[in-house]
Amino acid sequence: MSTASVSLPNWITYGLMPLLNLTLAFVISGLVVWLIGENPFEAVKLLLIGALGRGEGIGFTLFYATNFIFTGLSVAVAIHAGLFNIGSEGQAYLGGLGAALVALALDNYLPWYATMPFAILGAAAAGAAWAFIPAWLQAKRGSHIVITTIMFNFIGAALMVYLLVNVLIVPGKMAPETRTFLEGGQLPKLDWLMELFGLKLGAAPFNFSFIIALVMCVVVWFLIWRTKFGYEMRTLGISPSAASYAGIPYARTVIITMLISGGLAGMMALNPVMGASARLQVEFVGGAGFVGIAVSLMGRNHPLGIVLAALLFGILYQGGGELSFDMPNITRDMIVVIQGLVILFAGALEFMFRPALVRIYQNFVKA
Amino acid sequence: MDYIDILISILGSTIRLSIPLIFTALAGLFSERSGIFDIGLEGKMLASAFAAACVAYLTGNAWAGLLAGIATSVALSLVHGFASITNRGNQIVSGVAINFGAAGLTIVLGQAWFGQGGRTPQLTADGRFGEIRFPFAAELRDSGYLGKFYADVISGHNILTYMAFAAVPISWWILYRTRFGLRLRAVGENPGAVDTAGISVSWLRYRAVICAGILCGFSGTYLAIAQSAAFIKDMSAGKGYIALAALIFAKWKPVPVMFACLLFGFLDAFANFMQGKSVPGIGEVPVQIFQALPYVLTCILLAGFIGVAHPPKAGGVPYTKER
Repeated sequence: MSTASVSLPNWITYGLMPLLNLTLAFVISGLVVWLIGENPFEAVKLLLIGALGRGEGIGFTLFYATNFIFTGLSVAVAIHAGLFNIGSEGQAYLGGLGAALVALALDNYLPWYATMPFAILGAAAAGAAWAFIPAWLQAKRGSHIVITTIMFNFIGAALMVYLLVNVLIVPGKMAPETRTFLEGGQLPKLDWLMELFGLKLGAAPFNFSFIIALVMCVVVWFLIWRTKFGYEMRTLGISPSAASYAGIPYARTVIITMLISGGLAGMMALNPVMGASARLQVEFVGGAGFVGIAVSLMGRNHPLGIVLAALLFGILYQGGGELSFDMPNITRDMIVVIQGLVILFAGALEFMFRPALVRIYQNFVKA
Repeated sequence: MDYIDILISILGSTIRLSIPLIFTALAGLFSERSGIFDIGLEGKMLASAFAAACVAYLTGNAWAGLLAGIATSVALSLVHGFASITNRGNQIVSGVAINFGAAGLTIVLGQAWFGQGGRTPQLTADGRFGEIRFPFAAELRDSGYLGKFYADVISGHNILTYMAFAAVPISWWILYRTRFGLRLRAVGENPGAVDTAGISVSWLRYRAVICAGILCGFSGTYLAIAQSAAFIKDMSAGKGYIALAALIFAKWKPVPVMFACLLFGFLDAFANFMQGKSVPGIGEVPVQIFQALPYVLTCILLAGFIGVAHPPKAGGVPYTKER
């Protein structure tokens, strides 16, 4: 008998199964570490100390987590409508353009809190614009959104390199980046928040975007589960034919959903561009869009789960970076390996243990 | 006359740049025609390039490198198959995982084993696939354009290049003239019907992803030990995605796949040639336009402005035998 239709209690589906998957991903990561001749337990210890040991480490962890909350939300919103947006990477890249243009235009005249709303709008609008064409192609011309969003990641990367090298570059400088924003174009660090817990932020770029990210979590939760449009989105995601019978307009729902998804991805740019480096640089997204896919999946497409999964990936990023200082045999790219394994086991193989768990559970219930 | 010389040199590099695309796009063809989306082409290419370079360095034998490249790529295909066929996981997510894993692992292992920042040591001539000179190529080079074309475009490539062009008709023959090919195409359109006929959907799809693995192994090997003489980190540089675009641009058909790859290879070669040169009246054309063009063209095609592309109907949908 197939076990797919047997329902399991929530604590197994949302607790035990992801935990087992993660454990397996970490065991295999440990094997890789062991294979290159380092002690995996020592590596885990160093990783955790690096990510959570000091205030500065925690600041970096939360900084990375902020990126992943935005991209995770972006992927999740689309998934609820049955759309797989793997273009968050490119949408976030373009979002950087929106944020940077606002910051460059206003930083001379306004304080940060006055620039910020415009920067949020600019970043979201640019990200949404980059999602619009794939959305329109899906809605009106029937081309597959997965494929078009991949293509738009590359088109976006080419466009941004062109703009940074030829248009936005500071004349006379070699580095393809914009000028440094003045204080009015930067988002302030959250050192006061860290001090509440008796921690020192140090050089970590943990900034106001984190609060924007948390606000967006609430907004997304409200949108998906408490609004009419959210209901329509979810209906479309579960059954396009039911949505059509119910009179939910397909094209409009797809396009608006993708605009929201792209907008959330675009807002991710606030964190690195205005919160950390205070300028627009080449490839600042650095794969966060793809990590968002894993974050959304692990978080079961729910904002709360997304925050937790984003924290996990933040720990991996920061801890993995520290690890490479202490164990020179392990390069920073070990993080990429761990990410790959987490995506594989917690994402693609998420139900690997389900049949076994169903059997164990049924025996347990019968007994 | 200068222009024809330039054209011939661009065509020569078009061939060189198209080969990895042809192998990879054909790999995607096998996988996607059986209903398994394969975003992991990039990762498989990269991993097999690394394996081929390592083994070719250790053994000094290019063929051993090729075998290692194929074995590695097939192993990753089986991971993809296990996730998306056996466990009915999301095929896109599995592909993304393979790309991340390959990108990280090749650098981590390369650094740990060779300590050259993710590179593998430079290969000697024995560890590489060398150029094959066709008869009379040198003599004919100076005898007019046709001779030059023969010497610089047709002759002078390595054996994998000719294998790539042989792989196109062979793939066509397998897909359209064998029972396996018929079933493979059927399982990508309507797996339920294939199942009803008493044929295992899973085994068929596993064989399809293994075929994809073998072909990706060739493309990775070509990158590392035919085109270059070592593995360099991230050396696939998005070619897996361009191949995917070529596959779609060719509407999932083998012979058009070859032409799409040659077109995208030509764009790449032309971009290299145009770098730093200015066009009269326009000025310097930004190289990014050529880099984005394959993707733009594919999107325009997908939008239905250049004919209609029908992807395999069951593509990306896991098959559930019973409810």
